Amino acid sequence: MLERLRERIRGAAARGAPLRLRGGGSKDFYGGDPRGEVLDTREHAGIVDYEPTELVVTARCGTPLAELEGALAAQGQMLAFEPPHYGAGATLGGCVAAGLSGPRRAAAGALRDFVLGVRLLDGRARELGFGGRVMKNVAGYDVSRLLAGSLGTLGLILEVSLKVLPRPAAERTLRFELPQDKAIESLNRWAGMPLPLSASAWRDGELAVRLSGAERAVQAAAQKLGGEALDAASAERFWSGIREQSDPFFAGEAPLWRLSVPSAAAPLELAGELLIEWGGALRWLRSGADTATVRGAAARAGGHATLFRGGDKAAGVFAPLAPALLRLHRELKAAFDPAGVFNPGRLHPDF
Amino acid sequence: MGEALPVATRERQRAVAQALRAFLPERSVLWQEEDTRPYECDGLTAYRQVPMVVALPETEAQVQQILRACHALGVPVVPRGAGTGLSGGALPPGDGVLLSLAKFMRIVRVDPVARIAVVQPGVRNLAISDAAAPFGLYYAPDPSSQIACTIGGNVAENSGGVHCLKYGLTVHNVLRVRGYTMDGEPLDLGSEALDAPGLDLLALIVGSEGMLAVTTEITVKLLPKPPAARVIMASFDDVQKAGDAVAAVIAAGIIPAGLEMMDRPATRAVEEFVGAGYDLEATAILLCESDGLPEEVEAEIAKVKEVFERAGATRLTASRDEAERLRFWSGRKAAFPAVGRISPDYYCMDSTVPRARIGEVLRFIGELEKKYGLRCPNVFHAGDGNLHPLILFDANDADELRRTEEFAGEVMEKCVTVGGTITGEHGVGVEKIDQMCVQFSDAELAQFHAVKRAFDPAGLLNPGKAVPTLARCAEFGHRHVHAAAAPAHPGLPRF
Repeated sequence: MLERLRERIRGAAARGAPLRLRGGGSKDFYGGDPRGEVLDTREHAGIVDYEPTELVVTARCGTPLAELEGALAAQGQMLAFEPPHYGAGATLGGCVAAGLSGPRRAAAGALRDFVLGVRLLDGRARELGFGGRVMKNVAGYDVSRLLAGSLGTLGLILEVSLKVLPRPAAERTLRFELPQDKAIESLNRWAGMPLPLSASAWRDGELAVRLSGAERAVQAAAQKLGGEALDAASAERFWSGIREQSDPFFAGEAPLWRLSVPSAAAPLELAGELLIEWGGALRWLRSGADTATVRGAAARAGGHATLFRGGDKAAGVFAPLAPALLRLHRELKAAFDPAGVFNPGRLHPDF
Repeated sequence: MGEALPVATRERQRAVAQALRAFLPERSVLWQEEDTRPYECDGLTAYRQVPMVVALPETEAQVQQILRACHALGVPVVPRGAGTGLSGGALPPGDGVLLSLAKFMRIVRVDPVARIAVVQPGVRNLAISDAAAPFGLYYAPDPSSQIACTIGGNVAENSGGVHCLKYGLTVHNVLRVRGYTMDGEPLDLGSEALDAPGLDLLALIVGSEGMLAVTTEITVKLLPKPPAARVIMASFDDVQKAGDAVAAVIAAGIIPAGLEMMDRPATRAVEEFVGAGYDLEATAILLCESDGLPEEVEAEIAKVKEVFERAGATRLTASRDEAERLRFWSGRKAAFPAVGRISPDYYCMDSTVPRARIGEVLRFIGELEKKYGLRCPNVFHAGDGNLHPLILFDANDADELRRTEEFAGEVMEKCVTVGGTITGEHGVGVEKIDQMCVQFSDAELAQFHAVKRAFDPAGLLNPGKAVPTLARCAEFGHRHVHAAAAPAHPGLPRF
């Protein structure tokens, strides 16, 4: 199997024919339009090593994310960054390459925070391993985390080791009626207090927050915050709708912008529908506003905007990079994939 | 000591000092040996080199000018914070400039609403938490040197501490880094938002041992201070049982705030030094801390107690108040200096292994103690599997030093064999550079060099650290095989 993948890469490099690395295709919509011959990663699948007391799981790129999460759940553990699947076929490789995190991100950390090690095939079809299967490891540059969110532009991720965490003993979701500015203010104030907040979502005057942890801690925090408690099944449905973007907010044709801003940033002056996550740090916008307007508002708030779904990708999916950073990106791309084989244009139009 | 510099070096020294004096005041450029000698080593004192010139900039513009000047002259630059590093990462260049960030001591801003602190790299780790304390916030990573070590050094080394199983390492707690590449180009990585466009270069810079860029401003996350914390001290009559108890805590779904182990030689050294109240009869003791809301802590402490009892603890004590909690920790925090009292020198290792292999590695270390005739107490971050074996030796005895290095080499290689790493938090520096050849293939090392070249094509920033050349590995492999194959010549000089 591995040899076949290497052959494909060697052949593509020799012919100068780019490859489009693809697992289940659940994130085809994300980033620049995919180009090149499809290299399907799904055959290289399976959990390689999972010892719950080590809090580490190692699996191959083609492993279905659902299978992986199922195996963890059977042991009372989870991927704490709650990666969105965006479809039944999502694979681990695609999940890491996309680098996206779900509702628990502000509390638990991002996908890249849980990456402990990777094995990859670079643009010369060399198999390389970085990081490892232990919690603390500072030997060599942290190439594993660099691959998280690289959209497959640096190499074919073969295998990933991730830190996992125990599932919280108890969870509770509370609802509050609050206008946007008050919701942002409350979320930031609460985040500065020792409360077991694990997710938040505001939309249309209604704020939902999730508490996770020991039963007594969740109880005490719920008492302190007040609000209206949601029953467990509705809460589960609600957070899944946010995580998987199956919530009605995400339906329809209007372009979906992802604005990543400092959590305490004041409400942005942008026309459109808004959904706020991550304690104020992630703002989803459904809007036909032009790219410059959206990017400008995000930048003024100290963040950046991504055209996540729909809209006109011609003006750039991701916020442009400063010249010094762009130079480093080009150099790194050349260092990993000199022939420019992997996923051209997916992360940046130039490479 | 005090030997005269060769004429060529002296001329080079004059030229470089002069170039720097064109934009730096007199007090910011040191070149006389009495002034540069204090910078000859960091926390790893076995390696020393007086730098040719020391530069002490006070502004970002000066840092940029220094880098530009050195880049133009082809002069190596080694950045340095407080010099507390344990792997020789700030070992100066004999033919270059030691760039001290010691004067970058300003806490630029603490924002209690956004829960961030913007600080200069020379700010001490603990000073950040002190500045955040009035708002009920703190900076989580707490390396044991936190009263002295700087945040710039923490970023370079991706420092951990006793609480990183629950709260993460430096990389998990830094939002943004500003600085310069070797050619003086400004860099701004990350942001006050939770992510930034493009590749995650912030993750790459953290832990890069000062080889990719010089940082001049760092934005860190602040966390609400947990209102309650208690620690349980548990004794075990067997190291393996203690190791199993660690796994049992994790299996019970608990992520403790800290989970530390010390073996008997370590507790004995510590007890004489600080009187922390440790059980001297125990073969190993575990310290397990729980923090959070009071309700949470009570529940967790009860659960941990139960787990330890089932794992065969011979004695259990939970701290009743803050004073007792701090006393229990005082021994662990004083472990290195305490060991320093019972031996002229000690060599601190830093490997990480899967938790399940802790017992096996400790037994292996026990065998090596006999093989090399050297003592080796163990203190470590058991929750992370991060070991700190301390080999006791006398640096004035050349043979003991040689045996110590071989001992350490064998331990690191064993740790790689069982699926671990040669360094968990102290960095490779100059100290563990040969063992990088064991942990990584030639292709992987070449890839590290390629990453380095992307940031520093001239190879002038902290050269020769962390990533060995392939030629060096070839030589190491040769020596290595030779040493193993020819034990009949233990007196043979080795490099």
